[in-house]
Amino acid sequence: MNNIVFGQYYPSSSIVHRLDARVKLLLAIAYIITIFFVEDYVVYAGMFLFVLAVALIARIPLKILFRTVRTIVVLILITAVINLFFTKGETLWWSWKFIKIYREGVERAIKLALRLILLMLFPSLLTLTTTPMELTDAIESLLSPLKLIKVPVHAIALIMSIALRMIPILVEETNKIMLAQKARGASFDTGGALKKAKAMIPVLVPLFVGAFRRADELALAMDARCYSSVQKRTKYKVMKLHLRDAVAAVVCLAVFSVAFLNKYLFPFDEMILSLFA
Amino acid sequence: MSVRFENVTYEYPGEEKSVVAVKNVSLEIADGSFVCVCGENGSGKSTLAKLMNGLLTPSSGIVTVDGETTSTESESALFAIRSKVGMVFQNPDNQMIASIIEDEIAFGPENLGVPREEIGERIAYALSAVGMEEHRHHTPYKLSGGQKQRIAIAAVLAMRPKILVLDESTAMLDPKGRAEVLAVAEELNAQGITVVLITHFMEEAVRADRVVVMSEGAVVMDGTPEEIFRDREKINRYHLELPVPDYLAAELRKEGFPIPEKIFGEEELAEAICRSL
Repeated sequence: MNNIVFGQYYPSSSIVHRLDARVKLLLAIAYIITIFFVEDYVVYAGMFLFVLAVALIARIPLKILFRTVRTIVVLILITAVINLFFTKGETLWWSWKFIKIYREGVERAIKLALRLILLMLFPSLLTLTTTPMELTDAIESLLSPLKLIKVPVHAIALIMSIALRMIPILVEETNKIMLAQKARGASFDTGGALKKAKAMIPVLVPLFVGAFRRADELALAMDARCYSSVQKRTKYKVMKLHLRDAVAAVVCLAVFSVAFLNKYLFPFDEMILSLFA
Repeated sequence: MSVRFENVTYEYPGEEKSVVAVKNVSLEIADGSFVCVCGENGSGKSTLAKLMNGLLTPSSGIVTVDGETTSTESESALFAIRSKVGMVFQNPDNQMIASIIEDEIAFGPENLGVPREEIGERIAYALSAVGMEEHRHHTPYKLSGGQKQRIAIAAVLAMRPKILVLDESTAMLDPKGRAEVLAVAEELNAQGITVVLITHFMEEAVRADRVVVMSEGAVVMDGTPEEIFRDREKINRYHLELPVPDYLAAELRKEGFPIPEKIFGEEELAEAICRSL
């Protein structure tokens, strides 16, 4: 149940945990953009080491970090296999009847797999070191310029945070309803997929009815506490940038620009590879 | 600062015929008093509570809070009334907005536009008033029902209300949780806050200054706890039960034992019995 409350947050008081969530979010976006431009093995390795270093500073056990990659193993395998078989190149390495595997295909499959793993790792570090609430606040803060064009940014952020709050409560309710239906002889784990799906209907209907009732009561409670979209609100928690945020931003952006520019300026992966040739 | 009902009737609009929940009630709740409103399910006691802060407005008659009439016409008047009349509901999970207790308590003052520094002080005050200081930075999810309701009370207290309405706030709690919430309510009343306790447990009425019994939308009994408890036939007629110690005391008195009129709970009764032997 704990996992559900905090998403995949891994509590610690490391400097990475204490960084401003907005900075972390923006850096994660910058990282993703960088990864899309990287195509060299050496840079992949460099980025990988960089992620490991951040994980080390954040005191996140590598086992937990790599667990997040496990969730996309199937996706990685499928894209790799598709690329392996369907990429046409010049150097034919192996063929059997209609299946032809080219050198370019193998290379592309490996690169895509590496890219997907790298894409998963850094944003995972973001969610491992930032609570969902901090992320919600960060999104609200980053979107706040949209208030100028009348986007209800605060309401959107409130909806997100209430949704986060309701997840554990609804999970608990689902378990209760399932137990109640089991007590009446319902079975959720026998039969084929269709039968299993059908067995969920008597769970989902009361769950939805309950959720609507909750929503109604919550709205009443918010009304009773003077929530209104008209009145001007103050905000208790204000996000402040610290020196550590600036340092983190500079370091990360430096690493990203080296990775980014390497392709255009000095292809040092080729230089390094040539040393071994 | 008082709440006054003048010939108030409230009808819930229905598809075929409307349901009259409160019938021609006139009532005044004095400043600083501790009033307990009792009644069985469907007696209109919860509707009465919602009329006090303008969550519902009367179909006929008027409700005034501190001289101000509740009406849906003036949003700012409703805002002022709701900031004075704080309300805690039955289900603690359905009235919490935030995932961190501190944020939950800040919600009300934020809506009122209280300056940031003062919100911090108010959070500290509200949490100490309900004895939950050490939970400030935690999530409410793991608390007991009684603790959650104390947080809900703190969330209302941070708005500095004059009147605290507990709308069946003890109904879902175990005896320990109920005792916790009642102790907080009594303490706040001692500090000068008017408390209106809506309940169907008569034993909660023992400590009140005044007990109002409702049945089928009308006020049928009104007096001090001693006066109300004396008329056992009438209480039974409205499907309420005397608290066990008071019931026992009444039976003993009938048999000629010298038991005093005012009995607070089991221990005092035991003492009175010992003395009378």
